[in-house]
Amino acid sequence: MRMTGRGWWITALIVPPMAFVALFIIYPIVAAFTYAFFDWQGLLRGDFIGLANFHKVLFEEPYAAWTRNAFTHNIMVFVALMVLQNGLGFFLAYALWRELPGARFHRIAVFLPVVLSTVIVGYLFKLFMHPLFGVFNISLRGIGLGGLAQPWLGQDSTALWALIIANAWHMLGFPTLVFLAGMQRIPTEMLDAVRMETQSEWVKITKIVWPLVAPSATVVFVLLFVGAFNWFELPYIMAGLDGSPYGSTDVLGLYFYRTAFGGVSSGQPNFGLGSALAVLIFVFIAAIASVITVRLRAREIQL
Amino acid sequence: MSAEPNTYYDRRGIIGTLGRDGLIQIILVANTVIMLAPILIMLFSAFKSTQQIFKSPFGFPDFANLTNFTKIWEQTNFLRYLLNSFVVTGASMALILILGTMAAYALGRYRFFGAGFILMFFIAGLTLPLKLAIIPLFILMRDMGILNNQLSLIFVYTAMGLPSTVFIMTGFIRTLPNELEDAARMDGASEARIMWAIMLPLVRPAMVIAAIQNVVPIWNDFFFPLVFIQNDALKTLPQGLTTFMGEYTTDWGVLFAGLTLSAAPIIAIYIVLSRQFISGMTSGAIK
Repeated sequence: MRMTGRGWWITALIVPPMAFVALFIIYPIVAAFTYAFFDWQGLLRGDFIGLANFHKVLFEEPYAAWTRNAFTHNIMVFVALMVLQNGLGFFLAYALWRELPGARFHRIAVFLPVVLSTVIVGYLFKLFMHPLFGVFNISLRGIGLGGLAQPWLGQDSTALWALIIANAWHMLGFPTLVFLAGMQRIPTEMLDAVRMETQSEWVKITKIVWPLVAPSATVVFVLLFVGAFNWFELPYIMAGLDGSPYGSTDVLGLYFYRTAFGGVSSGQPNFGLGSALAVLIFVFIAAIASVITVRLRAREIQL
Repeated sequence: MSAEPNTYYDRRGIIGTLGRDGLIQIILVANTVIMLAPILIMLFSAFKSTQQIFKSPFGFPDFANLTNFTKIWEQTNFLRYLLNSFVVTGASMALILILGTMAAYALGRYRFFGAGFILMFFIAGLTLPLKLAIIPLFILMRDMGILNNQLSLIFVYTAMGLPSTVFIMTGFIRTLPNELEDAARMDGASEARIMWAIMLPLVRPAMVIAAIQNVVPIWNDFFFPLVFIQNDALKTLPQGLTTFMGEYTTDWGVLFAGLTLSAAPIIAIYIVLSRQFISGMTSGAIK
């Protein structure tokens, strides 16, 4: 095929951006898959060892126990944030949708934390949850509930929940405004028709609003799922790379990073095991996210 | 039929409506307090001494007391981090917008073999969680000799920003009318001149959306600097903040002042451009 002047022009436009995506996104992802099948000596690639790395992280102790522990925490985080972030976000959106006086201000306020860096949010809540001087415990003592004051981040029974609360505060605005945008697209005629039929808010929510914002629900569910299984920054800042105390806040993101680059107490970096973990997390996220998307898409109603 | 109550309010009665709206308003106000309180406590504490923070964490501070900020100014690398963040974010955004517009223009204005495939190629990049490819990226950066160099960050951010930018802008550029372009072509203008002088001024609105969608995650990113950058003088703001927080653990006034300073630029821009931020950052999730 001979290149015309226009052909060269199009090539010149399209090749540099494609090169960036190919080199810094597609290639690393593909490479991550191949790395997992090799034995790594530090930064040097050794022999091809088939599925040995996968076998190790899934079935050999202590790796298998660490994997199970982290994976369980990711599931807890996902379920808890589903309620605290997406569930609460839906009802907040419903409240904002009414456009009562001040709605615009409330909308701006709920989205404000979303623009902050996770690092800032993490440290802020770490200071707030300080056992002696944090505002959480000071407030509890102030209202006579000093008995409930806890070292929130320092004991394994509450640490993961403390992180979940911080994350919910940080990200609540996102599902809220996505749901709100979905609600604002519901045709007014449809709402008027429902208002004639029923006075019950509950019926309105469950029978009309919820089914009609299904496309928004699909998006925030899938994004939360991917986010929950990629969780890294917040636990890194608030609980540290080891998922302290005693691994009670360890999640796959931290475990992967520790395995790949070496943790505070867990010794040598191991690119082979790290890549095997990355591939497993990647395949898991891709598989489940596609299933969720297909299942949820099926219940969306086209307006 | 005209006797039928035709609004919601008639059937409910005004009292019921007020009660319900009142409840909603209370919920909204309570939520807004919860959203803003941590930020206000952070801001107030930045102007207090550590003793004052411990004694009255909710009290109103003396805003003329700038001791904590002076300490940060004189004793830390904070300004350096801030400057680095500006450089990295600015360079990445410039590259994203230039390269993104180039690709989107080619895909949106010309019909050519493989265009559909190329668009799919970019969209694939949209959904891949790049954090999981950090090991190959680390080795790639080492082989390119740009570990511990801000170019590593700029390149990764550019690649991460391109898929959404190409996606948003291709859709927009496709909708632009053909007439202007055809007229210019009849007059013998070159393709490059048509793009630069005629079409680009029209795509600015899409560029703004693409810019906002990408600028916040890049400005806030912590993961890639953590892996790529070791040299303190090259750290970006979120990464530098971790160093800073580690050094001043007991001086809470300085800690809160540091957090306030890090949060200030983005909060200030958000307050001015809240509508653009909200629509830009949620646009990926809204069809």
